[in-house]
Amino acid sequence: MSGFDKVVGSYEEAMAGLEDNMTVIAGGFGLCGIPENLIKEIRRRGTRGLTVVSNNCGTDKYGLGILLVDKQIRKMVASYVGENALFEAQMMSGELEVELTPQGTLAEKMRAGGAGIPAFFTATGYGTPVGEGKEVREFNGRHYILEEAIQGDFSIAKAWKADRYGNLVFRKTARNFNPMAVTAGKIAVVEVEEIVEVGALDPDEIHLPGIYVQRLIQGTFEKHIEQRTVRSA
Amino acid sequence: MALTREQLAQRVAQEFQDGYYINLGIGIPTLAANYVPAGIEVMLQSENGLLGMGPFPREDEVDPDLINAGKQTVTMARGASIFSSADSFAMIRGGHVDLTVLGAFEVDCQGNIASYMIPGKLIKGMGGAMDLVAGADNIIVTMTHASKHGESKLLSECTLPLTGKGCIKRVLTDLALLDIENGKFILRERAPGVSVEEIASLTAGALVIPEHVPEMSVQ
Repeated sequence: MSGFDKVVGSYEEAMAGLEDNMTVIAGGFGLCGIPENLIKEIRRRGTRGLTVVSNNCGTDKYGLGILLVDKQIRKMVASYVGENALFEAQMMSGELEVELTPQGTLAEKMRAGGAGIPAFFTATGYGTPVGEGKEVREFNGRHYILEEAIQGDFSIAKAWKADRYGNLVFRKTARNFNPMAVTAGKIAVVEVEEIVEVGALDPDEIHLPGIYVQRLIQGTFEKHIEQRTVRSA
Repeated sequence: MALTREQLAQRVAQEFQDGYYINLGIGIPTLAANYVPAGIEVMLQSENGLLGMGPFPREDEVDPDLINAGKQTVTMARGASIFSSADSFAMIRGGHVDLTVLGAFEVDCQGNIASYMIPGKLIKGMGGAMDLVAGADNIIVTMTHASKHGESKLLSECTLPLTGKGCIKRVLTDLALLDIENGKFILRERAPGVSVEEIASLTAGALVIPEHVPEMSVQ
């Protein structure tokens, strides 16, 4: 076994060390490209008091939404949280704290978190509730607010293929937040549809190098669709 | 007559130019993709990480790994590219998208927009709207001119929490096309059969009415 081999033997092993009150960053957009089996493992473990950072919080039945059933999430950082009745109920009752963050700012907070940038200025949210209480600077006549990077104790992500060293290839729009989520986790856990031998991936085609990945596991995926829209033949 | 949803989409599409990269919001903006003028090519950006969005898939083409920002299954157009959410918003924030079209609850004559939250009602989140309005130079807001009760949504000052400050220069409503310049709405076009007086009576913010206000050309 090489020291670069990131493959773990089970989902239990993949999430070992996740404890109550930790911060978990998750990839995915809606139900597309979500680490569905890693989320199920968090449910199984019963970890509580989690801060979860993800663009959305799944639906009532799928994705991060299943962590609401036993109230495992204390705080959610997301850009859009509709389409989830349980989420709404817990938000309204105050059991679930919600920090709404603009989608591009959320992506950049994760990117910065993984790239050693503690904070950055963006025009997004200036003059809105998002900008309240944040430092404002003017550059070239425009106002920008200071946004801080996010890092997670764990990050959980889904890729299409990986080699055993954790070099990742994503597929279509299932890429979304996954690359940045991986980089922003102290322990980055990635599940994929296929693990190939080292050397089987063309280095030019790797979307994210394995240096960011701590644990890798191959799974099978349900891939639920939120809005199935088709045109007639 | 007030414009129908389809007519609003048609009028939006008249703003499309050959070679434009365009981000269309959910709802009426998305419909505009059906009315791209003949002889021009545009590329649609979907902020979840797709440039070159195609039509909805046929049944046998449905792919759960390929959706748009409204979480609908889509296809990729010829020449499409895929990227991460960070790259997607780099192109949006960096001003690389030529045209952004999105809806709103309220707009005011200072160019402010409120589109994501009604206090006391359910808050679902801003998604990518704050980044889009902050990053784009060329934005068209599509909305109804007034509420069902006849209250203007084109105000002197937005009453709802803002999505963006001083970033809107063009508004298309079911009654009119207006620009925003120097703290005033400028009436540019009116919907077929809608009078300048009716538009003026339903516009709460400062309104400049040029001598000639042509009718829109829609089917």
